Amino acid sequence: MKYLPLVWRNLMRRKIRTIFTILSILIAFVLFGALMAIRAAFSLGVEVAGADRLMMIHKVSIIQLLPKSYSERIRATEGVTDLSHANWFGAYYQDPNTGFFANMAVDPESWLRMYPEYVVPDDQKKTWLANRSGAIIGIDTARKFKWKVGDRIPLISPIYRKPDGTPWEFTVDGIYDSPLKGADKTQFFFHWEYLNETFRNSGYFNGQVGWYVFRVADPATSDVLAKRIDVMFANSPAETKTATEKAFVSDFAKQIGDIGAIMMAIAAIVMFFILFVAGNAMSQSIRERTNELGVLKTLGFGDGQVLSLVLLESCVIAIVGGGLGLLIAWVIVAQGDPTNGMLPSFIFPVRDLVVGMALVLALGLGTGLLPAFQASRLKIVDALRRTG
Amino acid sequence: MNWLSQVVAVTGVTLRSIPQRLGSATVAVIGIAGVVIVFTAVLSIAEGFRAAMMGTGDPQTVIVLRAGSDTEMTSGFSDEHVKLISEAPGIEQGPNGPHASPELFVIVGHPLKRSGTDANVPLRGVSVGALQVRPGLKIVEGRMFQPGTNEIIVGRAASRQFAGLSVGTSVRWGEGSWQVVGIFDTGGSVAESEIWSDAKVLQPAYRRGNSYQSVYLRLDSPDSLQKLKDALTIDPRLNVTVIREPDYYQQQSRVLQSIIRTIGFAIAALMGLGAVFGAVNTMYSAVASRTREIATLRALGFGRSPVVVSVLIESLVLSLVGGAIGGLLAWAAFDGYQTATMNWQSFSQVAFAFAVTPALLMRGLIYAAVMGLVGGLLPAIRAARLPVVTALREL
Repeated sequence: MKYLPLVWRNLMRRKIRTIFTILSILIAFVLFGALMAIRAAFSLGVEVAGADRLMMIHKVSIIQLLPKSYSERIRATEGVTDLSHANWFGAYYQDPNTGFFANMAVDPESWLRMYPEYVVPDDQKKTWLANRSGAIIGIDTARKFKWKVGDRIPLISPIYRKPDGTPWEFTVDGIYDSPLKGADKTQFFFHWEYLNETFRNSGYFNGQVGWYVFRVADPATSDVLAKRIDVMFANSPAETKTATEKAFVSDFAKQIGDIGAIMMAIAAIVMFFILFVAGNAMSQSIRERTNELGVLKTLGFGDGQVLSLVLLESCVIAIVGGGLGLLIAWVIVAQGDPTNGMLPSFIFPVRDLVVGMALVLALGLGTGLLPAFQASRLKIVDALRRTG
Repeated sequence: MNWLSQVVAVTGVTLRSIPQRLGSATVAVIGIAGVVIVFTAVLSIAEGFRAAMMGTGDPQTVIVLRAGSDTEMTSGFSDEHVKLISEAPGIEQGPNGPHASPELFVIVGHPLKRSGTDANVPLRGVSVGALQVRPGLKIVEGRMFQPGTNEIIVGRAASRQFAGLSVGTSVRWGEGSWQVVGIFDTGGSVAESEIWSDAKVLQPAYRRGNSYQSVYLRLDSPDSLQKLKDALTIDPRLNVTVIREPDYYQQQSRVLQSIIRTIGFAIAALMGLGAVFGAVNTMYSAVASRTREIATLRALGFGRSPVVVSVLIESLVLSLVGGAIGGLLAWAAFDGYQTATMNWQSFSQVAFAFAVTPALLMRGLIYAAVMGLVGGLLPAIRAARLPVVTALREL
């Protein structure tokens, strides 16, 4: 600790170089944070998908609907403890460019049981369950559109057009939040019955459901159970495809492409180049002072002391730059989704934060090590003779 | 000596001294090259996607959708509507009647080659007029499907991206089995991501009765759009949107393009900032190592501004070299890279190739030049302000 003033003096010798080195490290880590957030967002919340939830869709494609009558048969299957269902509604508010949010027609009571991570105040929940044209919305969407409990919201769905051509009207009965980091707080849920009473026995909808979601008693047997249920509906007019919610989410993310790999590749290139440049500046500033290090040794500093002095200097630069960078990244990511609704769970995963900190330390040690080692091995005579 | 010849002389000295500072110059070049690689690579994704979507553009082909639908997926017409639409004026006539193709556009869960997991593959049910409304389409392998059978033809890009879709194979989707009998090419456009079958066979498979989702029409001349539009909007029995094919696909690519561009530009801007900071350091140390040289030049009577210009030019040259290397590497590594992604607007897969276009390379170079100039500015000013006498004394 007592060497800190010395380190500080060294850093301030060439203020401009130190500042710009710190700044470029800072930028590298801001980028690192942002890229990791993008990567996490494109994995679409696979980390928070319930391990004990199975999803079932039509085998041919997700746009085809399943009979409502399947619910009884699924519920009766051994190992299934709870069941709910939903239909993708695909509606927008005012016009399609106002921003995307997922909206779906669900079975209200079982839906909230199925997703306990969506927390709604009890009185709001009670109102919603009793109000067929009511909706529960995520807090992020409520904030974005400035919707409050009690507001009437007209939505236009190109998939489910009301026969008279008017928009659907919903009352906001409740706003859900979630303690779970990375949970999607942008969704809009309303009663499947509301859809059903408008469309009963007609058109595309015809009283069917988009997908089923059910809870299993033992997640370890999910795959076996999924297969058993699919066999149950084989050779029926609507064959099914069942898998864990995690599998569905991760397959969906894979459809977008390997965004994760692309982001990692970019992050790696960026980090490599910026840190290469910054690291070079750091090493150079130490090489330039070789004869000073010789003076220190003349004064009686040991090899180890010189080594740690130099390492300390490079670590200070790395920690200041990298630490600030990670902090700024954190602040930027906390502003939320930059794409107007397409990436609802935009967070800076803790795991990546830890990786970032490890990288900061690695950078400090890595850039300092070679010059520090050389410095500690210096013969005083040679060092004093060098002019930098 | 006039100003210009001073600039030329000082710049000559400066550039010739670069080899003595090869280390730090290389560092600057590498830094800039890295930025340009990423910049070019990310934007080549947007560029390639745009090329695939826009390549679909034949302004003489129009798409008719139900009013209020912005994609084929949510549009719908009954048989009678289709008949009314095909009888409208302005449509090219052939020996078998108007060149019109009522179509179905659905998706089918089919595995991607790269991951083996199911993706939403676009499946289009077309009518006999499909080839007449798309003159650019060629069957490059096998043959067209026989109407009324379970035969399908597959876009060239689709057969590359999705598993098990080559001529002679058969695939099972749900209860039905389909035979692949041909591969078609549309010059790399989005239609190549699709699988085509007979609309009449697809209707029962997807329980669509007699309904269609869109009608593709071939205009008798590119200017007939207004005539057709007027006739269709006046008809009280119809409620439709009429749009040219290129405009439709441009709309379809809007969301994804804006996401890629937002992310791409943000990354490139941040990286650029990082590279500028690096360049500042490099140029400062370049100026520092040449302190005596610059002071000598000044003592000989060279002005301040030629010194400023020479440092800026050095920085510019280094960054342009970096930009060129970065652009070439990005081109070598990414141009033509085949991939597929989900188009969020049509909820289905679009196959495309990364496109490192000359315009994109040019933008990379311009970006590199800007980084070089900005990075060189402060050090250049420092060089001009060096006090001649003390600087000459420096070691």
